[in-house]
Amino acid sequence: MSTLPIPLSPPGPLTVLRERLAAFGPSGLIGLAVVLFWVLAALVGPALLSRGGAEGGGDVFAPISAAHWLGTDYLGRDMLARVIEGARYTVGVAFIATLLACAAGVTLALLAAASNRWIDGALSRLLDTLTAIPSKMFALLMVAGFGSSIPMLIATAAVIYVPGSYRMARALAVNINAMDYVTVARTRGEGTWYVMRREILPNIAGPVLADMGLRFVYTVLLLASLSFLGLGVQPPDADWGSLVRENIGALAEGGASVIAPALAIASLTIAVNLVIDNLPGRAARERGAR
Amino acid sequence: MGSTVTVKGLCVSAGTATIVDRLSFTIRPGEVLALIGESGSGKTTTALALMGHARRGCRIAEGVIRIGDVDVRKLAPAQLRSLRGRTVSYIAQSAAASFNPSRTILDQVVEPALLHGTLPRAQAELKAIALFRELALPDPETIGQRYPHQVSGGQLQRLMAAMALITDPELVILDEPTTALDVTTQIEVLRAFRRVVRERQVTAVYVSHDLAVVAQMADHILVLRDGRMQELNGTDHILAQPAHEYTKSLLAAARPVTRVAARAGGDDSLLLEVSGLSAGYGPRDAQGRPQTLILEDIDLQLRRGQAIGVIGESGSGKTTLARAIAGLLAPSHGSVRFGGQALGHTLEQRSKEQLRRIQIVFQMADTALNPSHTIQDILARPLQFYKGLRGAPLQARIDELLDLVKLPRTVAGRLPGGLSGGQKQRVNLARALAAEPELILCDEVTSALDTVVGAAVLDLIAELRRELGLSILFISHDLHTVRAVCDEIVVMQHGKKLAQVARADYDRRPQHPYYELLARSVPELRRGWLDELDAARPAIARVA
Repeated sequence: MSTLPIPLSPPGPLTVLRERLAAFGPSGLIGLAVVLFWVLAALVGPALLSRGGAEGGGDVFAPISAAHWLGTDYLGRDMLARVIEGARYTVGVAFIATLLACAAGVTLALLAAASNRWIDGALSRLLDTLTAIPSKMFALLMVAGFGSSIPMLIATAAVIYVPGSYRMARALAVNINAMDYVTVARTRGEGTWYVMRREILPNIAGPVLADMGLRFVYTVLLLASLSFLGLGVQPPDADWGSLVRENIGALAEGGASVIAPALAIASLTIAVNLVIDNLPGRAARERGAR
Repeated sequence: MGSTVTVKGLCVSAGTATIVDRLSFTIRPGEVLALIGESGSGKTTTALALMGHARRGCRIAEGVIRIGDVDVRKLAPAQLRSLRGRTVSYIAQSAAASFNPSRTILDQVVEPALLHGTLPRAQAELKAIALFRELALPDPETIGQRYPHQVSGGQLQRLMAAMALITDPELVILDEPTTALDVTTQIEVLRAFRRVVRERQVTAVYVSHDLAVVAQMADHILVLRDGRMQELNGTDHILAQPAHEYTKSLLAAARPVTRVAARAGGDDSLLLEVSGLSAGYGPRDAQGRPQTLILEDIDLQLRRGQAIGVIGESGSGKTTLARAIAGLLAPSHGSVRFGGQALGHTLEQRSKEQLRRIQIVFQMADTALNPSHTIQDILARPLQFYKGLRGAPLQARIDELLDLVKLPRTVAGRLPGGLSGGQKQRVNLARALAAEPELILCDEVTSALDTVVGAAVLDLIAELRRELGLSILFISHDLHTVRAVCDEIVVMQHGKKLAQVARADYDRRPQHPYYELLARSVPELRRGWLDELDAARPAIARVA
C-alpha cells in the first residue's frame, strides 16, 4: 500500500498565506483588496492626511481639484479627509455590530437546534418578539433613552440583527441536526456543546458567512440611515451615512461630495460580499464532493 | 411499434474526462437492451445521450445516434424538444422525485400528449386510464384524481410508465425503475412493465445494476465499465457463458454466497435480550401507548458472536427496532437487556460505557459521515472520546482501523466527498469498530451500494465477525444479503415479529407464508423466473 507523504518541515507561514490567497480566486482577491484598503484607511488613514476633516475655509461644494481630491463639502471642508475619517465609524461600528449579532444569533441557533424542544421554543418566541419591534423605532428608543454614543450604536445594531441571524442559522442547523452523522455522535454519548460546535457548525458555516456579509451591508445601511436622521454619529464627526446627508445639497449639481461617500458605502458592501462568496472553504468542499 | 436504434462510436466527455468511450450498439424494433454496470460506469449518461441530452458539464463529443431515421445529434434544440417525450421517453429511478407534488397525477400523465399535441385532452385521459389498467394499477378510473403522495412508491413508478407511454414513443428508456422499491413491490412493477413492453412491442433500454432483474426484462445485455463496453450479447449467452472477466465478477457477486463466520469455541452467553418491546411516535395515551405504534411486543435474543438478520418491507419497523435498541427512541413498553444489565430507555439514561458497547452503522454513508471532517477526524473522535488516545498511539490505531476495513492509509487526509460509496461505507464501519463494541447494529448497510461493492462489504463484515467475534444485528430488506451473513433471520411485518428462522431452516418448507413470499420475490439469476412465477399463480397474474 502507498504511504502517506510526510512533509519534512512544516511549510512557512508565508507559503501558507500565499496558498490561502490563491484559493480566493480573482474576484475574491479584488474584494479582499478593497476591504483591506478601507480597514487601513480606518486605522492609519487620518495620520497620513495633510489636513484634518475639521478644517474649513475653502469654497463650498468645490469640484475635484489637485488640492481637494474629492472636492469640498457644504462647509468647504476637504471631502477626502472627511471620508477617510468617516471610515473609522462605518467600518468599525458596522463590523463589530455584525460580528456580535451573528455570533449571538448563531450560538443561540445552534443551542436551539441541538437541545430539546423547550429551549428551542423559548428562544424562538423570545427572538420573534424582538423581530416584532420595528428596527428604526427600536433604534430611536435606544438613542432617546441612552443618548447617542459609539458603544450604544454598536449595541443597538447588534440587538436589531440577532433575530434575523438566529432564524437563518436555526433553519440550517435543524436540517443538519437531522443528519445521520449527528445521530451517530449522539449515540456515542457526545454532549450538546460538541454536537453544536463540531458536527453542526462546520456544515452551516458557508451559508452563515454569506448571511453575515448581507447583514454587514444592512448594518452599514442602518447606521447610515440613523446618521441621516441625525441619530447616529454626532457632528462634527461623521460616518459615511452622515456625509451623504450633510452634502445632499450637492446632489442637484452632481457634486463629488455626495457621490464620494455613497461610492464608499457601495464599494465596501460589494467587496465584503465578494470576499464571502469566494471563501476558500467553499471551493474546496465542491472539489471534494466530486 | 418501436423502431431501430443505432448508436455508433458514442463518446460523452466532461471537461477532459471521457465518461462514455466509443460505444456502439443496435437495438432492433421491439427488443429490450439492458445497460448494466456499477455506478459511475456511464450507463445513465448513455441512456440520456439517446435523447440527445447530456448532464450539466458534460458534452456528447462524438458518434452517431439514430432512432428510426432521425439522426438525434443533427437536431436543433427545438427539434430535440419535440423528440423528447414524443419519440423517446424516459422513466426515472425515483418516481417520487419526478412527480410534481402539487398537481394531480392525471394532469401530469396526460401532459406529454398535450404538449406534443398528439391527442386532445379528453382522449388523452381515456388513453391514460387504459394504460393504468394495462399497468395493473388499482382503481384505474379514479387513481388519476389523486396526488402523488396519496399512492405508494410502486404505484407511482407505474404511473410514471403510463406518462412515458402515452405518446406511443418509439423508444422507452427505463433508468433503474425498480431499484428504490421493496422486493415484493418490485415484482409487481416488473411484471407490469414487462407486459406493456411485450404487448406494445416497444423498443426499450433498461438501465440497471441488478443482473437478476435484467435477466427477466432484456433480450440483450451490454456490460459497461468506466464508460467502455465490456461485453454485448444475448441475455442467455451472458448468463450462461460470460466471456469477459468483469461480467464474471458481476455474476459472481449476484449469486448468493453464504459467508459462514461462526467462531468456534467462543463464549456464547446471552448478549442482547429484547422482551415485549413496543415503541412508536406521537403523544402517549393513558396506558402509555403512543399514537402511532411502530413496534409491537418484540422479543429477540442475541448471543455473543451471533449475527441475526431482521428482514421486512419498508415501514415494517425494522429500523425503529434498531433505534430503540440504540436508545434513540424511548420504548413505551418492554425492556432491553445487554450483557445482563437493563439498559436505560434514552441516551441520557445510559452510561458512556454502555453506549460504547453498542454501535450503529447507518445505511447512507453519505449522510452518516460529516462532510466537513476528514476521515482522520472521523475515526479519531471515538478513540479520543472513549479511550482518551492521543498522539502516536492514536495515529497507530487509526492506521490499524483503516487496514482492518481494507482502505489505503492515504484516505485519512481526505474528506468523505472524495471517497466512493463503498469506501465511505468502510469508513462508516471503521468508525463503529473504533469504539470496540460488542454489538453492531447494521441498518441496510449494503442497499445503497452496487452489487459488486456490496458483496465486498458483506465479505468484510463476515471477516470482521470471524476475527473480532463481533455480534451483529443486520437489518435489511434484501433476503439474499441477510441469508449471506446471518445465522438467524427475524421476519417483521407491520411492526410485529412474524417468525424467526434459523440458518438450517432457510430453505426448508413450509415456513411462515410471509417469509415464503419474501423468499419467492427475490429475483433469481436466470431467464424465465418471472414467467414461472406467473404460471404458478395464474389467477393473480390475470387480475394484475
